[in-house]
Amino acid sequence: MESKPTYHRGSRDGKAPFKGDPLDGIKPYYDLIVIGSGLAGMTAANVLGRAGFSVLLTEQHYNFGGMATWFKRKGGHIFDISLHGFPFGMKKTCRKYWSQAIADRIVPLESITFKNPQFELETSFTKEDFTHHLVQTFGQKRSKVEDFYQALRAMNFFDDSGETTGELFERFFPGRNDVHRLLMEPISYANGSSLADPAISYGIVFSNFMNKGVYTYSGGTDHFIGQCKRELKKSGVELRNRVQVARILVQGGRAHGIEAIDSQGQRHTIEAGCVLSNANLKTTIERLVGPQHFRPDYLEGFSKVRLNNSSTQVYMGLRAGEELPFTTDLQFTSTRERFDSPSLCDKHGESRTFSYYYPKTRPGSDRYTIVSSMNANWADWTGLSDAEYEADKQRLIEDTLCCLERSHPGIRSKLDHIEAATPRTFEFYTQHAQGSSFGTKFEGLAYSMNLSEEIEGLYHAGSVGIIMSGWLGAANYGVITANKVDAFLHSLVNSPA
Amino acid sequence: MTSEEIITAIKDIIATIAPDEELVGLDTAVPLRDQIELDSMDFLDIVMELRKRYGVQVPEAEYGELNTLDGCARYLAPKLEGKELKLVNA
Repeated sequence: MESKPTYHRGSRDGKAPFKGDPLDGIKPYYDLIVIGSGLAGMTAANVLGRAGFSVLLTEQHYNFGGMATWFKRKGGHIFDISLHGFPFGMKKTCRKYWSQAIADRIVPLESITFKNPQFELETSFTKEDFTHHLVQTFGQKRSKVEDFYQALRAMNFFDDSGETTGELFERFFPGRNDVHRLLMEPISYANGSSLADPAISYGIVFSNFMNKGVYTYSGGTDHFIGQCKRELKKSGVELRNRVQVARILVQGGRAHGIEAIDSQGQRHTIEAGCVLSNANLKTTIERLVGPQHFRPDYLEGFSKVRLNNSSTQVYMGLRAGEELPFTTDLQFTSTRERFDSPSLCDKHGESRTFSYYYPKTRPGSDRYTIVSSMNANWADWTGLSDAEYEADKQRLIEDTLCCLERSHPGIRSKLDHIEAATPRTFEFYTQHAQGSSFGTKFEGLAYSMNLSEEIEGLYHAGSVGIIMSGWLGAANYGVITANKVDAFLHSLVNSPA
Repeated sequence: MTSEEIITAIKDIIATIAPDEELVGLDTAVPLRDQIELDSMDFLDIVMELRKRYGVQVPEAEYGELNTLDGCARYLAPKLEGKELKLVNA
């Protein structure tokens, strides 16, 4: 009998058949199974593998890395999804939980620019330079700016005043919409937060960035993830891609393994001392575990947790041999007269970022790509017919090109590849509920952190609660959760069964 | 372990986590964070290293006990009783 081939997501068109069995040779038991290889899942797996535990890391896509990812296209193009722009702290995190060699490749972006009807400026995003702009360009008193930084630093996670970010800005820089734009726009693109989100979440993230500048990884995302995989293997972690986890096994309030699907659609049970989900928090609770395993009041509270927004991106590749003079690494651009948060998610909005990837991104390469990003709402991209969807994607591409041409006249003739990703694309490749790019809003953090109190041996790490978002937030959250897993696994060893 | 040995043990852990920091001449009564660059992630690392090297569990609510070297010695003394000092950066 001819067996029906099973296809996996994440191939070029999502339709490439499996080759080989992704679960071949898997052991029946691991101390820890990590579901999902985003930066949180990978970092936790590496820390706990190094600590001597047997760890299985599963990923549904064929690439490891989650949203820290890239893709290749004909013509020699490599597009990075989220490479530009993490805080300096990433260097230390990589040194401690990955390797010195990875940390050494973390380099500062040279130039970040803003271009909008209110102001045009260039900054290195270091504290000195940013302060200089607030004082010189925006005419703010230095003491006021210092007080603002001090207020941000003093914010305590356990002592949330309930103030929103918008209220915080109004308190320090009343009526200065231009200053609010300067302060908010970069962070909104970094983690999906808005003026309506708690000031505490802004304070933590802004203080991380507004320190020593904004950084990237020299070598590209593919090199970074390749190095991470090498480290994971050295740490003894079993890496399996193209594995679709159907559910997390729970019995008597205790997580004890996973059920995964192999290339023939057969279900396999793999037992574990504990399970760490790096899937989206909603997906973890509602789909992988199932509501029947949770207390009603936890579920009721959790139902109010909001997902963060999704994104659109436009990927533009310059033809081999074409060049682009250096202008800036990262540009925040808008044609809107004034700043407000909801309009950053407008479907055909006027605000977007451009990440410029010059040959320096991959030393030795001579290629250029430009990736434009916008924040986006899932609801704007669902319920469309195929023809409407294609037309809307084309309009997104056209809008982006028109915007880019204002800075780079004639850029169209240099491009030989252009394509767009929408919330539907993100949902398809990451399986995040509603294509969420930044996990959940702030209130999701408590549900993520307290998961093991609901179900023994079950942990979550990943983009959640705004502050645990982005490359650095996710990696560090992986370590925070790894510490809890480590304590749990030690307690298993030390207590007789 | 004696108090002195515990302080040596903690310093050895910090030397692994923060290799660029100067650990000679630290005041044992002053919070570590006021003397060297240690953030909350570094404290997590100290807790994980204590568990790995000595099998010591420090509950989250008690992390504050590790603020100073004297605090470490006081808090960890009963937990490290009869255990042998293990140095990685000797």
